[in-house]
Amino acid sequence: MPLLSVSDLTVHFNIRRGLTRRSIDVVHAADEVSFSLERGGTLALVGESGSGKTTVAHAILGLNKPQAGSIVFRDRDLLCLPKRERRAARRGMQVVFQDPYSSLNPRMTVHDLVAEPLRVGSRMQGDELRERVLELLEMVGLGTQHLWRRPHEFSGGQCQRIAIARALALSPDLVVLDEPTSALDVSVQARILTLLHRLQRELTLSYLFIAHDLAVVESVASQVAVMYLGTIVESGPTEVIFNDARHPYTLALLASVPSPDPEHRSEGAALSGDVPSAIHPPGGCRFHPRCAFRMDVCEREAPPLVDRRGRRLACHLPDSFDLSAEQEVARLARATTTVEEPGRRPSARPRPTTEVPPKTRRRW
Amino acid sequence: MEMRRTPILGMWGSYRTRHQAAFEESRYSLRVFLKDRLALLGVCLILATIIVAVAAPWIAPYPDQGRGASNVKERLEAPSRAHPFGTDASGRDVLSRVIFGARIPLMISSVVVAAVLIIGVPLGGIAGYIGGWIDELVMRITDIFLAFPALILAMALVAFLGPSLRNVAIALVITWWPWYTRLVRGMAVSLRQRPYVLAARTMGVSQWTIIRRHVLPNALGPVVVQVSLDVGTVILEVAGLSFIGLGARPPQPEWGLMVSEGREYILSEWWISTFPGLAIFLLVLACNLVGDGLRDVLDPRTKR
Repeated sequence: MPLLSVSDLTVHFNIRRGLTRRSIDVVHAADEVSFSLERGGTLALVGESGSGKTTVAHAILGLNKPQAGSIVFRDRDLLCLPKRERRAARRGMQVVFQDPYSSLNPRMTVHDLVAEPLRVGSRMQGDELRERVLELLEMVGLGTQHLWRRPHEFSGGQCQRIAIARALALSPDLVVLDEPTSALDVSVQARILTLLHRLQRELTLSYLFIAHDLAVVESVASQVAVMYLGTIVESGPTEVIFNDARHPYTLALLASVPSPDPEHRSEGAALSGDVPSAIHPPGGCRFHPRCAFRMDVCEREAPPLVDRRGRRLACHLPDSFDLSAEQEVARLARATTTVEEPGRRPSARPRPTTEVPPKTRRRW
Repeated sequence: MEMRRTPILGMWGSYRTRHQAAFEESRYSLRVFLKDRLALLGVCLILATIIVAVAAPWIAPYPDQGRGASNVKERLEAPSRAHPFGTDASGRDVLSRVIFGARIPLMISSVVVAAVLIIGVPLGGIAGYIGGWIDELVMRITDIFLAFPALILAMALVAFLGPSLRNVAIALVITWWPWYTRLVRGMAVSLRQRPYVLAARTMGVSQWTIIRRHVLPNALGPVVVQVSLDVGTVILEVAGLSFIGLGARPPQPEWGLMVSEGREYILSEWWISTFPGLAIFLLVLACNLVGDGLRDVLDPRTKR
């Protein structure tokens, strides 16, 4: 059994107006999202902003109310449990947010921040509490000299360490990482990722990693699920998704990693237009208005998410359809950014123009 | 805390080390505040008023007259060595009455502020954090109160309850709490989605504890600033209501009432109204100076 398995999770938000608070519209934040996460594994949820990845994370953490679906965590469906048991079950999952400063109460000291879950969750106090707080701080590389300081006295990376210590206080099995490094400097990012990796090994943690930085995702995740407008379009093992993406949106994401070279930019600008409104999502396949390969069927029918070629894919394109040119573009775009830092040495990079047929460049 | 069973606890430190962050922060705020000369002047004036109010029976030249005993032999005497502020229509020493009068605005404003905070802050926190129909209900009730001009509503309430200082205090509390409820509610709504509040929810912290520990403390800054700016207005309203005969009753030494009593004589015996009026002016000015100073220290929007 997987540690966490989410199936057909649907989260809608009503937009209410007026005195009677009647609902005038519905935001389809997440529609029939399904995935599962093994114990000790890392699943990355990727997508543009507005794709619903944070909504899904919040639903799992109990921060919003899903309309339908199930969230099975440690063999129990959280949405069917009575309130008290649900709260107890959720102690097994904790969260680390993107902005390290606003995720720590500015009026509390490091000690109080880390002790709060212990006091609430396991009613710990006295010497036991003190020892546990110090143990947690040491685990993330902080010490006694930091105990009585407040968050604003720390750097972003240190604050993120405090947030991680707090998340680990109740010995969770699952940690939801909501873009934990995207507010940090690149060098600090690497250190935090190393720390997370070490903790995962030592404590057999499972991570649900929400991100838009694909380079980070490739280095940390064992599984990837790509979301677009509230639905998963493609999910599977990281190597499969990154090297052999089959969904046009995944390909576009991979190719859209920013590139400093003006000649390369035409291939990089893979997606045009904005994400359509989640209030009235497009009918049929939700990606069809922006898709380069759309067919008539895409406007009528939403493709189901089915197992194909070693991953789960929701697309009408047949397996025989040749996407190798696009995959090449994506691979090159990635090669330029993961190997070098953007903006450093724009000339020392392979020129992609020769490998890419002009046909695809025009379309994308 | 002193029982050190393990080496870890030896490093635990004193009360001082544990609250170092708070110490340093308050020391910094105090330094910024003390640099503001005008605010310092305000603090001095308020402290002086408090000392005068507490020590009134010992420093007033005629304590009996200060409390209201009349002295018909010396009616309407101009300021002199015996009566530096002159005497009023009942022969009472105006200086003694101004000194005793300092007690009333201080008492009433602290009672009103305390009551307004006790009602307004938790209610605003609950409405803003929990939301839903509770929020809607509380906000519509505040709307009803805020629909009337504050002073007119207070006048109507005192007229209904009967004129007395106690009823003035009640009326002011009833007209002022909605402002604080709204202020705190607005803060709570924005704090509700802060990641640290969401994190507390995932830890299983109950919503009351979240309101108490995470929402209200972080909503208090603007409230303190608002209080310090409002105290002066409360004092003015007490004096104003007494002036029109809705507050203090003669022979209470209330400044607004004294100004009103001197009205008939203002052209010839100017001192009866002038000195209590000056006292009101100075105390309200002092409150506003302190309020401005506090805002500079506490309000993040004006921080440099």
